[in-house]
Amino acid sequence: MTPTPPPSPPIDHEARRRLAAARASHWQRSRRLTLLLLGLWLATGFGTVFFARELARFEVFGWPLSFYMAAQGASLVSLAIIGFYAWRMRRLDRAAALDAGQP
Amino acid sequence: MSATPGYFGKLSRYYLWYTGCFALFLVAVALLEQEGMPRLWIGYLFMFATIALYATIGVICRTSNVTEYYVAGRRVPAMFNGMATAADWISAASFISLAGGLYLQGFDGLAFIMGWTGGFVLVALLIAPYLRKFAQYTVPDFLAARYGGGAGGRGAPVRALAVGATILVSFTYVVAQIYAVGLIASRFTGVDFSVGIFLGLASILVCSFLGGMRAITWTQVAQYIILLVAFLIPTMWLSVKHADNPIPAVAYGSLLPKLTLREAELARDPREEQVRAEFRRRAGQYAARIDALPESWEAGKLEAQRQLAAVRARNASLTEVRQAERALATYPNSVDEARAQWNERRDANLARARPPEPHAEPFPGATRAESDNRRNNFLAVVFCLMFGTAALPHILMRAYTTPSVHETRVSVFWTLFFILLVYLTIPALAVLAKYDIYTSLVGSDFSALPTWISYWANVDKANPLVSVADINGDGIVQLAEFAIDADVLVLATPEIGGLPYVIAGLVAAGGLAAALSTADGLLLAISNALSHDVYYKMVNPGASTQKRVTISKLLLLGVAFIAAYVASQKPADILSLVAAAFSLAGSTLFPVLVLGVFWKRANHQGALAGMVAGFVVCLVYMLRASPALGGSLDAAWFGILPMAAGVYGVPAGLLAIVVVSLLTAPPSRGSEGMVDYIRAPE
Repeated sequence: MTPTPPPSPPIDHEARRRLAAARASHWQRSRRLTLLLLGLWLATGFGTVFFARELARFEVFGWPLSFYMAAQGASLVSLAIIGFYAWRMRRLDRAAALDAGQP
Repeated sequence: MSATPGYFGKLSRYYLWYTGCFALFLVAVALLEQEGMPRLWIGYLFMFATIALYATIGVICRTSNVTEYYVAGRRVPAMFNGMATAADWISAASFISLAGGLYLQGFDGLAFIMGWTGGFVLVALLIAPYLRKFAQYTVPDFLAARYGGGAGGRGAPVRALAVGATILVSFTYVVAQIYAVGLIASRFTGVDFSVGIFLGLASILVCSFLGGMRAITWTQVAQYIILLVAFLIPTMWLSVKHADNPIPAVAYGSLLPKLTLREAELARDPREEQVRAEFRRRAGQYAARIDALPESWEAGKLEAQRQLAAVRARNASLTEVRQAERALATYPNSVDEARAQWNERRDANLARARPPEPHAEPFPGATRAESDNRRNNFLAVVFCLMFGTAALPHILMRAYTTPSVHETRVSVFWTLFFILLVYLTIPALAVLAKYDIYTSLVGSDFSALPTWISYWANVDKANPLVSVADINGDGIVQLAEFAIDADVLVLATPEIGGLPYVIAGLVAAGGLAAALSTADGLLLAISNALSHDVYYKMVNPGASTQKRVTISKLLLLGVAFIAAYVASQKPADILSLVAAAFSLAGSTLFPVLVLGVFWKRANHQGALAGMVAGFVVCLVYMLRASPALGGSLDAAWFGILPMAAGVYGVPAGLLAIVVVSLLTAPPSRGSEGMVDYIRAPE
């Protein structure tokens, strides 16, 4: 079983070119977004642990910063990253659909 | 088929009703307890009521339609899919042992919190949406279609390797879940361990056997609600008690500085020091005996025999005779055994001779190097858990069950949201329980010990889960005199907080729900890999849909019984392998999955090389560095613990794919087209 083929492209070359261009730019944008968010994830997940001893001096609402980040902060940032990604990708998907359809 | 607002509304109504009924049930049991219903009955009631509930949902959702059976008809709304995945994800270990682990390990334990939540970023950004776009049934399906190769380019070799990895990882994991089911059932209802296992198994089977993914999804949503309530009620109670704030995740910030002060106080306390000195002395004794081997072994044996004879000769009480008999019976049989046992006891005594580590301090260590090593291991564990999460088949499988790619992305968000409702509370529970024990138990009188201590101390006589003994003979409990097992903390929390027994029954039901929901998902992942990938795709591609579902159900039954049998043997080794399962999953499957989407040039040969290299490097490192598997920690690279072998396995897998792919021919046009398709917007 192979995946269902992409929707059959329009016959005229202009429309086909536009679809390809829309897809290429969509992929480029979503890749850039992914990379950016992975960078943020790396910084909160691993960065705060790497410098945990230095960050322990700071304090947020009673928690030492490094403890807070490890216990709750990093997880909450992850949740925010995933939420932002879903929202942003939805917009990129819609923009790509518009690009592909418009002359 | 897609989720309509009406469908979502209907489901929401059902589950609101369900939650309401569950609340009524709790109130009813609480009233019965007031009327004097015995504890054992409460245990029975919770156990049988919840198991019957899950089985009922299974019967209602029975199906033999392929799409319903494998991927719940691809119409589970994002929020419910997230809830079900959260239940799938929160295993017995998260529910029962994680808070206890944090209690014992302090900052180091947080690696599990970070790893088990951060991994979902990888799932959401790199894998799940693309799997959904591909829209088939299993993870090996995706890999086989993407990489091709083998006879007719159908990707049989890649599929076979992926199936092998799926089964290996899921099976170790499912055995641990079933083991936990047996443990909880036997502790709360007094039935035999193996009877408990088969009771739990019955509910798993009715559910997944009849309805596959569809029944599992709706049962998991129900199970999530139970486990959430079960985890939050006692923790909120403790939180109100100590911090006057019902939200534990917020409240424990105010408690942490108090706990730190108390820790410093206990570290300086001269009575604590007395107890610790006693443990040091005992450790010294064992060290001396180890040095004097083999003579000390002979002497010890003679001494034990002489003791028994002396006790018998003076007609001592029966318990004394028993004690002497047991001492002789458990005496090591050989010099080697004695060396191992005494080494272990020396280490255990030494561990208890150390002052408590500050709970919130990152990586305490005598030297900078020791502290750095702890930090590196923390990072390594986080790494493995994250990449393992992003490659666990039973989690990825759920990406297929939503109506669209967008819903899949949103569903991962809900998954992490529902996981966090529990996970943000776990560090809070550890701190709250620690504060409670440090302030109210420590310093109290031995004649007035709370009842939960004697109850849990007697559950498992051979390895007491809780132990407290007046080591320095002053009649007052010192912290160093008290030891608790990680598995007990959550189960005992209601009693520590002084809540009625009905809450303890609820927590047991929650633990059971966590274990059963994960076991359900894992069993389905295994049986789908066998029936869909092996039977249908490789053995008999002409099979009718009816036959495929029937075969799948039979395989599920078979796998479940094998897993239950293995669990009933109480395998100590397989439990330690669960942590290793994450490393293995990450090393074997993560590289092929991600490069399959993000690097078009990755080809069939590269995929095979990557899976083999990741797996082998991971396994070899574990064998090399794990004392339990015959290696030694001295052989570890950069001092990384064997549990975190994925730190080497994942890069090895990635590297092997890149190198081998570049050395061989590029993949076919077909696989390139497929990559374009899964990357394209909906």
